[in-house]
Amino acid sequence: MASLLHQIQHQSVTIDAPLPLDSGQSLPSVTIAWQSYGALNADRSNALLVCHALTGDQYVASDHPATGKPGWWARMVGPGKPIDTDRFYVICANVLGSCMGSSGPATPDPATGAPLGMDFPVITIGDMVRAQAMLLDHLGIARLHAVVGGSMGGMQALAWAAHYPERLVSAVVIASAARHSAQNIAFHEVGRQAIMADPDWQDGQYYGSARSPAKGLAVARMAAHITYLSEEGLTEKFGRRLQARDIKSFGFDADFQIESYLRHQGLAFTDRFDANAYLYITRAMDYFDLAEPHDGQLAGAFARSNEVRFTLVSFDTDWLYPTAESRRIVQALQSVGAAASFVELSAPFGHDSFLLDVPALDRLVAGALQSGAA
Amino acid sequence: MTLRPDLAIIADAVPAGARILDIGCGDGTLMAALRDDKRVDARGLEIDAANVTTAIARGLSVVQGDANRDLSGYPADGFDYAILSQTLQTTERPDRVVDELLRIAPRAFVSFPNFAHWRVRLSLLWNGRMPVTRLLPVAWYATPNIHHVTVRDFRELVRAKGIKVDAVWYLNRDRTTGDAAASWRAEHAIFLISRG
Repeated sequence: MASLLHQIQHQSVTIDAPLPLDSGQSLPSVTIAWQSYGALNADRSNALLVCHALTGDQYVASDHPATGKPGWWARMVGPGKPIDTDRFYVICANVLGSCMGSSGPATPDPATGAPLGMDFPVITIGDMVRAQAMLLDHLGIARLHAVVGGSMGGMQALAWAAHYPERLVSAVVIASAARHSAQNIAFHEVGRQAIMADPDWQDGQYYGSARSPAKGLAVARMAAHITYLSEEGLTEKFGRRLQARDIKSFGFDADFQIESYLRHQGLAFTDRFDANAYLYITRAMDYFDLAEPHDGQLAGAFARSNEVRFTLVSFDTDWLYPTAESRRIVQALQSVGAAASFVELSAPFGHDSFLLDVPALDRLVAGALQSGAA
Repeated sequence: MTLRPDLAIIADAVPAGARILDIGCGDGTLMAALRDDKRVDARGLEIDAANVTTAIARGLSVVQGDANRDLSGYPADGFDYAILSQTLQTTERPDRVVDELLRIAPRAFVSFPNFAHWRVRLSLLWNGRMPVTRLLPVAWYATPNIHHVTVRDFRELVRAKGIKVDAVWYLNRDRTTGDAAASWRAEHAIFLISRG
């Protein structure tokens, strides 16, 4: 499956300049696959960067080239939508380390031509953002009207505001956090171990072989998928209902609907995602802690960000990145005098709420982008 | 947009370009007026998610939070004015909230319904009942107003704290009324206070 995935052609640019990484290593050059929607205005002031989540991609509002499904945020981005492409030039780039055309573990080693696999350096959220900044330099865009993202996309938006405050007017951070908690890291580690325990993983060098760690990746996705939903949502959607049967099998088939659902989610995921990319991106998220370089003081990360307008949104059923994490960010922003908005929205879908039909979120995003408008 | 009379008085008194924090800002009506008419850098704190959503949707900077707990997160002197309108009497410790206002900003507007208004007095005197009036429309068991306060009570509080009163406006039936006998004639008072 992974080989099919890597045969897809993506719009991309290769920048022949070294990308220094937080690990101390650097990439000699970087390829960034990206999509855009709308038109850049004459004074280049209407560009808006959408940052995608862990398993997202640059196809924010266009059909996914592997699955044919509509873009992951098509409900939010488009003409007349909250992120209005009649007004904004919307850019979405595949993150560094991913598998939809940007530099990552499937990128060929320039010396041998073989995929790097685990020789690709470990990257961070900061590195992803640095690569995006290189893309914007390449596009001649000095300043963004906004950086918008949910979940890991929100982490990138926060990193943008912390590292490049002069390059954005506003940041919209949805269902996110300024650090990964022990619980967040724990769930990711389960996923990584599932992949690495799959004999078909082959220490990450499976690209040339007929086998790929689809089973391990599917289990990783199943575990992660549970964290994206709320208990209430699961109970409402599946309860203890049985799948296409009237009685329990007294075996290990998918007796319950929730089992069948998770298996399907896990399997479908392997058609559109690369196991190594999953390892690298989850690692980047685990390393994320904006306060760490500032002796644990999050305000230190935003010391230069007081001109950026922030909008933060959490969801009451999101236990992956709970409201307290957003409040912590708001407090840090208030202490540096940044204009910050925050609201906890009520939605039944858990962490996934940021991707789903929550009309209040649409109004908030539209309002956040309207403020300080050119 | 027509502002509520007490808000109109505050809006009029805030100088152009000031930095303000509106605590209990509701849907941001006052903030929007100050931003649009006076280029004021307005921030808000509001407990109700629907109100916060409406305020953010109109492009305002509003944080969902509770005046009882969340004022401590604001740095000292981050604003020129703090505004607390119709909220003091709903807080758990109004005295501490007043301290917080004058920590966050050197000056603060505080407005509240006067519990010594003659209608309130009459209600207690004649009926022996907690008053339900135009400004205090909810029965005692359901009212959010847990610390009723009178004009004299508030004057006494700020005097004891060494806080200066820079200006006072009294409202009766939505019109300003004089200082004379304001203690019983004013339905509503707006104080502009500053650090002593």
